Amino acid sequence: MLVYLPIAEISTNILTLLGVGAGVGMLSGMFGVGGGFLITPLLFFIGIPPAVAVATGANQVVASSISGVLAHLRRKTVDLKMGTVLLVGGLIGSTVGIWLFRWLSALGQIDLAVQLSYVLFLGVVGALMLQESLRAWYRTKKTGSGRRKLHQHTWVHALPFKMKFRVSGLYISVIPPLMVGAAVGILSAVMGVGGGFIMVPAMIYLLGMPTKVVVGTSLFQIIFTTAYTTVMHAVTGHSVDIVLAFFLILGGVIGAQLGTQIGLKLKAEQLRILLALLVLAVCVKVALDLLIQPGELYSIRVMGGE
Amino acid sequence: MRALILLLLTLAGALPAAASEIVGALSQSRVSLTTSFSGSEILIFGAIRRDPNEEQLAESDEANGSTDYDVVIVIEGPRQPVAVWRKDRRAGIWMNVDSVAMASVPSFYAVATTAPLNQIVSPETDAQYRISARQAIGGAAADDASPDAALFTEALMRIRERSQQYLALDRWVHLDRDILFRANVRLPANLTEGAYTTRMYLVQNGAVVSQFRTAIFVRKDGVERWIHQLAFDQPLLYGLLSLVIALVAGWGASALFRIIRQS
Repeated sequence: MLVYLPIAEISTNILTLLGVGAGVGMLSGMFGVGGGFLITPLLFFIGIPPAVAVATGANQVVASSISGVLAHLRRKTVDLKMGTVLLVGGLIGSTVGIWLFRWLSALGQIDLAVQLSYVLFLGVVGALMLQESLRAWYRTKKTGSGRRKLHQHTWVHALPFKMKFRVSGLYISVIPPLMVGAAVGILSAVMGVGGGFIMVPAMIYLLGMPTKVVVGTSLFQIIFTTAYTTVMHAVTGHSVDIVLAFFLILGGVIGAQLGTQIGLKLKAEQLRILLALLVLAVCVKVALDLLIQPGELYSIRVMGGE
Repeated sequence: MRALILLLLTLAGALPAAASEIVGALSQSRVSLTTSFSGSEILIFGAIRRDPNEEQLAESDEANGSTDYDVVIVIEGPRQPVAVWRKDRRAGIWMNVDSVAMASVPSFYAVATTAPLNQIVSPETDAQYRISARQAIGGAAADDASPDAALFTEALMRIRERSQQYLALDRWVHLDRDILFRANVRLPANLTEGAYTTRMYLVQNGAVVSQFRTAIFVRKDGVERWIHQLAFDQPLLYGLLSLVIALVAGWGASALFRIIRQS
């Protein structure tokens, strides 16, 4: 069953799109991640132009985050003040990212930039996650718990413009959250990801936020940043494909429900090791594409408006 | 000299009842790109009206077969400016390094013939009428000073042939009793909107005797047209619409599943 995508301007099998959506949705349900980092490269593999893949990927993240955001708001596990600061950074970062994306597209290097960012971020994050989760697994097998100090004083606490974040119980400078938000905003614009995989560790280890509010607050920032990114891509590049997004979302929500059920049956530590391995696998795959001589050295880019 | 005479004859062909003529038609002159579009088959058919004077000549020449007609059908999609990039190894990574810009290259190009093109059309005629894909692109890359511009042109043709955007359909046109001809050409799923000019050439002894032009109009239709227009005319509204769809679908589905699980 083929469907013609009006913006990507190609025909694709509906089942492929639903399958990609469901597969990624299942993983995101299992691991509680947005899945944007998997959707964008998968869309490349099925022949969607990179600009459309990234912009539509951002739109898909909006859909996969909304129910989580609402649940966390209801449970009051969102630090709205911190979320807003992160969001301001995110909007700035996204604007810079969109501009960067246009510029790299004009230079013909956007594919390379997107692939390199994937290798770099997935490699670093995957390695850190694997190390962390292996250590956690080892710890649970051995003895009780080697607890982290509640207040670690790092360079973060020495910066000016301090602000009180009551929900998180923090009194820190607004500069680090703004920087974290901006970095995630750039990622969302260039890579079409929510950026949770980088924001969550940054919130825990860099800002020292309590784990309880980290996920809700990051989702809160992600949904607004990716929403903004989607609209900006639509306005500047006309590259959001509603039909493509619709089928991905449809597959995604079904997959996410299945994934949540599977996730409940697995142990948290094993789940985190699996996710780390998955992230590393995607990283290696993208890296190999860059390192192995491609079969076709030439590529065609249609210029100007479609 | 001979070519000149033939050219004059072709020009005279515009006048009624002179040299041989080719007349053609299409099974459809409109292709709608809708949600279910997966390519389209077009039947191109027509007839050759023989010059009565030449008919007598033909009788006497029958033995050496030099008066055999051949038909060449060219379908050319809307032209676009493209950049062809070449990857090279830099610091161990394969990345785009060189590029050649081509001002105007057909987005689709099919040449269907009754016999291999190079056997029925002389290179001069090919160049004059820009029949083969190479000739159709030729002019676009010529203005580039790069020494290996030819390599980039080759690559463009190779990639587009592989993706079925450029087709060389030898012996694809069926010629019936030297009068009727027809050919089925498949337009692929990844069509660009616009007018696809369709040229039909009557060829004899390597030269064009008569030609006929028509066009296929390809446009997005139905919901697809509406979506595409909205995306380009009202991008802000379009962006917001895609957000609304995402929010409603994402929230609605999880709400639905919650109801299902509770009941």
